[in-house]
Amino acid sequence: MKKTQNVTIKGTKDGIVLHLNDQCSYQALKAELEQKLLAQSVDEEENSPILAVKIQLGNRYLTPAQEEEIKSLVRARRNLVVDKIISNVITKEAAAREKVENEIVPVTTIVRSGQVLKAEGDLLLVGNVNPGGTVIANGNIFIMGNLRGIAHAGYSGRRDAVVVASNMVPSQIRIADCLNRAPDDYGKEDRHEMECAYIDESDHIIIDKLQVLKTLRPNMTRLKGGFSYG
Amino acid sequence: MGEAIVITSGKGGVGKTTTSANLGTALALLGKKVCLVDTDIGLRNLDVLLGLENRIIYDLVDVVEGRCKIHQAIVKDKRFDDKLFLLPAAQTSDKSAVTPEQMKQLIHGLKQDYDYILIDCPAGIEQGYKNAVAGADQAIVVTTPEISAVRDADRIIGLLEKEEHIEPPKLIINRIRSHMMKSGDMLDIDEVTSHLSIDLIGIVADDEEVIRASNQGEPIALHPTNRASLAYRNIARRILGETVPLMPLEDQKPGMFARFKKLFSSKSS
Repeated sequence: MKKTQNVTIKGTKDGIVLHLNDQCSYQALKAELEQKLLAQSVDEEENSPILAVKIQLGNRYLTPAQEEEIKSLVRARRNLVVDKIISNVITKEAAAREKVENEIVPVTTIVRSGQVLKAEGDLLLVGNVNPGGTVIANGNIFIMGNLRGIAHAGYSGRRDAVVVASNMVPSQIRIADCLNRAPDDYGKEDRHEMECAYIDESDHIIIDKLQVLKTLRPNMTRLKGGFSYG
Repeated sequence: MGEAIVITSGKGGVGKTTTSANLGTALALLGKKVCLVDTDIGLRNLDVLLGLENRIIYDLVDVVEGRCKIHQAIVKDKRFDDKLFLLPAAQTSDKSAVTPEQMKQLIHGLKQDYDYILIDCPAGIEQGYKNAVAGADQAIVVTTPEISAVRDADRIIGLLEKEEHIEPPKLIINRIRSHMMKSGDMLDIDEVTSHLSIDLIGIVADDEEVIRASNQGEPIALHPTNRASLAYRNIARRILGETVPLMPLEDQKPGMFARFKKLFSSKSS
């Protein structure tokens, strides 16, 4: 009987890919991986350049602890490091989280002084944010109305998040861990219609015309709902 | 079955009590049976504005705690023929003497006997405010054209919108000084209404007569020609569902009409 290989190593133009069989037990897989890596390392030079490898799991789900185990197995060989673990399956929990984070949450209300409106994904607010009111989102914030209060986009750390408003006269803008407050005479004379705020290369929050987003954040254009994984 | 309207503002000193007294008076003048309820327990003064301080025997806390019947505590305003009544607040207790649930029952009971119940709310957003809004069906928010008052009104509107038993609140802009508004030193009416985004039910000009009348215990609404009085009576008509245009702010000086009148009167004499 021909024994099927649980671990196959392939070189592609993007680098080395370890294909791990998704039909065998995890224990068998681990044992074979360990053995293969050791066998290879014998004729490998000590100071060869570090190679990044991708691990293709197929239809196998690995718990975070198992992923860590596999990573450390690969890392045990000095010149290999895991670049990415790719799997066709994710848990329902992760899928739900992914969905929530990529969703645009539409809300029609006026966020008044003392009120806080929080969204897990992108926030689309049809209405004003009055002084003293706060809007917070994990992703981007789009406001069809006046932004006069505080907006905090990407609050869990997404530095590429942006804040967009029909009328941008905020008291503060926060994106991820950056903060910017309006100058004291801001918005008194000039009109601030159709503007966006983003973090530039030097970690400052910039307020600019809406048009710049097309070049600065091309990933914001999705043209379809749902989410992609991989 | 009457309607209960709470008059509130968040910030103190913008004219909640004055507005309550005058709207009550104006509604009574229009023939409605009105009961004013002062919920500012510990700092009552609606009775003083109405000139009814001496007649108080029992108060709201006495009613809630069962020391008297509700009709024993209600004070009748003798100037009106069985139209205007006041349920005074206690001066010796504090806001925690009453719970929102008790207020709800109290107001519900009053609604059987009166056309309108106006609830004068204390400043702040704590217990006193919660008591005042508990029994209300409608709300009027009083503000002045100052940033601090508008900010607090915004906060209060946000809280009122969370109360499901209350209709969307209406706005009164009080103490308007037209010359300051014109010169841009004061927020103008459009700025206030666009910021707060609720329906405007009336504007009241700042007038020294209001203070004088309050000190004498006679609400300004009893004055037949005063501008502030007219403003309050217009608001009362709007509460009754009439469409009354807003008064122009400008004619502080004798206007066209007054000058014509002068002209004619000088001819005839």
